[in-house]
Amino acid sequence: MKKVLVVDDDPYILMSVEFLMKKNGYEVMVARNGTEAMAFLESNKPDLVLLDIMMPDVDGYSICRHIKATPALEDIIVVFISAKTAEADIREGYDLGAALYVSKPFSTRDLMKKINGLLQA
Amino acid sequence: MNKLLIILVSLAYLALLFGVAWWVERRRRQKKSVVRNGWVYALSLAVYCTGWTYYGSVGRAVNSGMDFITIYLGPSIMCALFIPVLQKIIRICKTQRINSIADFIASRYGKNFTLGIIVTLCCIIGIIPYIALQLKAISTSFHIITGLPQGIIPGPGDDKFYITCVIIFFIIVFGTRSVDATERHEGLVAAVAFESLVKLFAFLVVGIFVTFFVFDGYGALFDAVANKGLTQFFTLSGDNAYSSWLSMLFVSMMAIVILPHQFQVSVVENTNEKHIRKAVWLFPLYLLAINIFVLPIAMGGSVILGNNTDADNYVLSLPLHFNQHLMSVMVYIGGFSAATSMIIVATIALSTMVSNHLFLPLVLSSRRFKTSSEGSLTRKIILSRRVIIAVILFAAYAYNSFMAPYFSLVSIGLASMAAVAQFGPAVFGGLYWRNASRKGAVTGIIVGFGIWFYTLIVPAGVDAGFIDKSLMDSGPWHLSWLRPQALFGLDGWDLFTHSVFWSMFFNCICYLVISSYSRLSASEMYQARVFVDIFDKDANQFTEGQGVWRGNTQYADIRALLDNFIGKERSGLLLTAYARRNDIGLDTVIADPRIVHFAERMLSGVIGSASAKFMIANIVKEEEITIQEVLAIVKESQQVLELNKELKKKSIELTRATDMLTRANEQLKRMDVLKDEFLYTVTHELRTPLTSIRALSEIVYDNPDMEEEQRQHYLEAVVKEIERLSHLISQVLNLERYESGRQKLNYATVVFGRLIAEATEALLPLAEERGVAIVHQLPHAEVSVLCDIDLVRQVIYNLIANAIKFAPESTGRIVIALEQTGSGIRLAVADNGPGVPYEMREQIFDKFFQAKNQTLKKPVGTGLGLTICKRIMEMHGGSIGVEDTAGTGACFVIALPQIKT
Repeated sequence: MKKVLVVDDDPYILMSVEFLMKKNGYEVMVARNGTEAMAFLESNKPDLVLLDIMMPDVDGYSICRHIKATPALEDIIVVFISAKTAEADIREGYDLGAALYVSKPFSTRDLMKKINGLLQA
Repeated sequence: MNKLLIILVSLAYLALLFGVAWWVERRRRQKKSVVRNGWVYALSLAVYCTGWTYYGSVGRAVNSGMDFITIYLGPSIMCALFIPVLQKIIRICKTQRINSIADFIASRYGKNFTLGIIVTLCCIIGIIPYIALQLKAISTSFHIITGLPQGIIPGPGDDKFYITCVIIFFIIVFGTRSVDATERHEGLVAAVAFESLVKLFAFLVVGIFVTFFVFDGYGALFDAVANKGLTQFFTLSGDNAYSSWLSMLFVSMMAIVILPHQFQVSVVENTNEKHIRKAVWLFPLYLLAINIFVLPIAMGGSVILGNNTDADNYVLSLPLHFNQHLMSVMVYIGGFSAATSMIIVATIALSTMVSNHLFLPLVLSSRRFKTSSEGSLTRKIILSRRVIIAVILFAAYAYNSFMAPYFSLVSIGLASMAAVAQFGPAVFGGLYWRNASRKGAVTGIIVGFGIWFYTLIVPAGVDAGFIDKSLMDSGPWHLSWLRPQALFGLDGWDLFTHSVFWSMFFNCICYLVISSYSRLSASEMYQARVFVDIFDKDANQFTEGQGVWRGNTQYADIRALLDNFIGKERSGLLLTAYARRNDIGLDTVIADPRIVHFAERMLSGVIGSASAKFMIANIVKEEEITIQEVLAIVKESQQVLELNKELKKKSIELTRATDMLTRANEQLKRMDVLKDEFLYTVTHELRTPLTSIRALSEIVYDNPDMEEEQRQHYLEAVVKEIERLSHLISQVLNLERYESGRQKLNYATVVFGRLIAEATEALLPLAEERGVAIVHQLPHAEVSVLCDIDLVRQVIYNLIANAIKFAPESTGRIVIALEQTGSGIRLAVADNGPGVPYEMREQIFDKFFQAKNQTLKKPVGTGLGLTICKRIMEMHGGSIGVEDTAGTGACFVIALPQIKT
């Protein structure tokens, strides 16, 4: 079973994404902020991370950078889900090595189709 | 020595001068001028050292010590002012073709006939005795060197008579060859410069002879003087030495510029303004050189010759005493040089003045003049000048012969200088003071000259016995305060100082006061501008005469007039050259105004400015400009000036407006950026709840089989997020309404304590939930305030809600305190939370401050609450801010002005 880490500081979004992942048969871990996410990655290696960008402590970009800079973690698939929709923000996300950048609000079906595609490839 | 020999030497010397002058004139015609340089110019200024000073300085040194140096000190000081002052005068005289001091003053004050006549008369009275003094110097030295007794019977038997005749001949030949008095007399200037060298050389030779050959250098000379107990050489003599010294200094400063012969060499004969720069140091140096042996000769003479010989004659008597014949002749020639150079230049200057200011006006106004044939005028003018030269010299001769026995000649030099010093205010004032008027100048000169005459010449007349002595003792009509030697009771000064003081005092007062109160005529204003602004290019253009003459003068008339005065050929050449230079057509019937003006200036050179103006006015009589016209012209130029000023002002305003627009534009851009940011932040803030709502709704929709409890939970979240969303939207809209000013305050009176109670009550559940205690400190709860109740309640609510949010859970404590101040009320809401960092106390009221400054962090609340509070307080004329608290927490304070109904 593929492991997915969901990182978001909004409890309702966290709640809905967690539900979606479980329903699609993945093992889900949640982090309510950046610090929790980093702590989790110290000792775990999920197959995919769903990352929010704007969080009060550590932002999503930094977490992505950390993943891509750490040899043990670099092959984790990173997917950003963010309310930042400016082109520059999206480009930065892809530049940091993300596989996907999803703008909020998103379609749940669409999201899942893409996540499934990424994890089955 | 042999009388015949001396006469021959004198004539030979004159012939030599003649030769120098002739050679220089010839070189000039060959365009190889040898005198157009600063050296010759500076040397020609040394005409100042006349025969009087050549012999008299030693006399003065013997009688009154260092006193003699003063009249050289004045000019040396004045040299320092040469560059600004003299250059200005020269420039004016060149552009205006002014040819004498009288012409200068007359021209300055509106080309006035009367003023020209007055100045000329004053000069004659002042200078003829001075010329006589030179004649006397020549004759005295002649008698000393020949050892013959002085003849005092005037007439053909008197040697002075012959001397006078020879000099007249010389001057006529060299001084009056050209009718244009502004044309330089280069030969004459060369002769004068040459004579300056001769007298300096002769004086130095005697000085060296006395100092180093008769005595054994300075030391021996001083010893000899000390042995004889002579001490007067190194002091200023008399009780009022310093006031006398000052007045002599002042007078000699004026004299170096104003004395007619000085004006002639320094201004009229100047060929290049640059020469002044050399004269500034060379001339004082010359004065120093010629004075350096005055004291040694005076001392040597006192020691060797004593009182048996007139101290004035020591210079000549000393070499004679030692039988140094060659040296004696040389000294004699030196003195002869000093005297003749002054006589020559002064006579020419005076003759020009007399001819232009006294003689010509008479001729020009006579009927016969109008019928005179062409060219005859030129001859007439030259002839008149020659006659005048002869008359002046004979007058000097006569003065010397008849008055000499009665008047002490020694003081004449100073008296002459004091006389011409009376022109000082008019000359120097006129250079810089635009409002100086003709009336002021005329009155000043007449009054000053009158006082000079009364206080300096009348006492001399009393001494000579021409005037009853009672005038000096008890004053005219027994008014003792009018005594000429103690005017207004000013006693104790010597005659000279006393005279200079009072004459200059009243001269200046009249000049200043009357000028200040008189209205300037058109031509006075015009000339004032020309003189004062001579270095100003715009003003110079003005002098070209555009528009001053209405163009109704026939060119033929102008041409005929010029032909008459300066000859057909020359006038034709000058006119065509001028016309070509200024691009003026000459084939018109009506003369161009500039041509008329040019003609007047050409004429000025010949007959003086006042006469020239008169002549031109004759032709254009019916066209004479009225004051209204000149005023119109002045006004027009002023209008142009004002227009210019206006334009300048406008362009400054434009620049200012552009700046303002640029700033406004920048502000707009900044506001645009802010607006963009605001919109970006708002949309972002809207996205987050929308995301939850969409995701949760889709999940509920896609999963009909999910557990009922979970579905309920999800739907509840959807509702909460929708509430948050609508709250945000309404806040944005509110803020927009406050900021645009569309929100009107709905004023009503309310008891402030009630508003606090309502807001607290609404938040109590939240406070209890978080375990935060709320403490009220409301001693003034009953105070009533006029405000928009709903908005102010919202502010209070907001502050309390924030405090609850930031206060620590369970130990939180909020203190709400209301105070009444002088001008209104003050409400403080303090918590014991983390507080607001000092540097952020202003920024937290900015929109989305949190979001903007921590772009990657999730804002708490909408980020608009405090901004809205601030707007509301501002709309009420109140304020909101963060203040220090005793503890750690934040303390928000609002102040509202209390408006009583």
